[in-house]
Amino acid sequence: MQILDRFRDPETGRALLARVSALAEQAQEKLGRRVVFMEVCGTHTVAISKAGLRSLLDGKLELRSGPGCPVCVTDYGDIDAMVAFGRLPGVTVGTFGDMVRVPGSQTSLEQEKARGADIRVFYSPADAVKWAEANPDREMVFLGVGFETTAPAIALSVAQARALGLKNYSVFLANKVVPPALHALLVDPELRLDGFILPGHVSAIIGRRAYDFIAEEYGLPSVISGFETLDILDALYNLLRQVLAGEARVENGYTRVVKEAGNLRAQALLDQFFEITDVSWRGFGVIPGSGLQWKPEYRDFDARVRFAPEVAEPRIPKGCRCGDLLKGKLTPRECKLFATACTPTHPVGPCMVSTEGACAAFYQYERRSS
Amino acid sequence: MCLGIPGLVVEVKPENDSAVIEIFGVQREVSTFLVGEVQTGEYLIVHTGYAIEKLDVEEAKIRLKLWEEILKDANPGQVS
Ligand code: SF4
Repeated sequence: MQILDRFRDPETGRALLARVSALAEQAQEKLGRRVVFMEVCGTHTVAISKAGLRSLLDGKLELRSGPGCPVCVTDYGDIDAMVAFGRLPGVTVGTFGDMVRVPGSQTSLEQEKARGADIRVFYSPADAVKWAEANPDREMVFLGVGFETTAPAIALSVAQARALGLKNYSVFLANKVVPPALHALLVDPELRLDGFILPGHVSAIIGRRAYDFIAEEYGLPSVISGFETLDILDALYNLLRQVLAGEARVENGYTRVVKEAGNLRAQALLDQFFEITDVSWRGFGVIPGSGLQWKPEYRDFDARVRFAPEVAEPRIPKGCRCGDLLKGKLTPRECKLFATACTPTHPVGPCMVSTEGACAAFYQYERRSS
Repeated sequence: MCLGIPGLVVEVKPENDSAVIEIFGVQREVSTFLVGEVQTGEYLIVHTGYAIEKLDVEEAKIRLKLWEEILKDANPGQVS
């Protein structure tokens, strides 16, 4: 592990930080304002908060979170639907742990569980299939959330259920794909971004090339980054150099994992199982071509088709700015409810619930520096 | 949902398309279906029970070298 330990070397970190600081000052001078970069990956959000990079670069560089937390971008209507599945007789809902406490219009899966719904947390969708096999008298509805990184696992769970001949496994698919959300951010006239830190593991699936449009169509620099503090500093350094040189490229700072064309096996699976559709993201509304739905040959496994529970028009809690936050319009501490009415023990919005949410990360690591 | 930490392959089970990996001393069996053949001693990036990519140690070395170069630069502010 020695080689990988060097990615956490504090001395290299301090030296890189000094370089980044110096370049950020130059960029500020050049642009006449602070440079604004956005990270679009929940794991980066946490890494940036944890390392305290925002306060270390305070006044020189602005780091904003975008729609990178899959649980957070899940629309109210979808969460209400998930709750509705839990209320159907004979149905057990399987989910990733992060989803359980996310409040919908009225209630969360956790509250439903306290009222007697059968809600089970699985680390992998494959475990939900195993559960369905062992419990043939129950219907297992698995909640598919996540981006390109999670979708292959969801597809494989259905392949596995089909191979086992299971009739009691289906998926409520709310999976999304990242590039269309970047388009949506880039055409937003209110948002003045100078570059993106691109998600490491989504990129492992879709490859560096998938982002070329950011440079070609929008003339913005971007860098794919790994998850160590040094990776993020390296990405900032690279972005700042591009800004200063007036260049726009999609750079790969995470070549130890991400390839030009991505993971072809995973892409083939996505093509085999899913079609692209328009779906709604919290804060954004419908983004064209940003969601996945089952291809017709897999509709037997589509929980929406099989159960179609009734879901009322969602009611959005007052004061939660999670939607604006996901669009990079503000930081958590600009929300009036942050750390007052909204805390990790009493979350008002998903951005405070998910471990990858910006509000939760701020609360845990940056509250005192504010 | 996404963990940035690579897992070290300690056992390969090709008959199940899976491998046992170790992260911080904890072992777990993961599917290798998405990455093909793996060998003990390799590092895998794992997400929801599936290895999504291998970690390329040569590329890791190149990156570290690059940082050395950046930090050697006596004139860090200068953009050519
Ligand atoms: S602090 Fe709470 S209420 Fe405010 S935006 Fe974040 S999740 Fe919503």
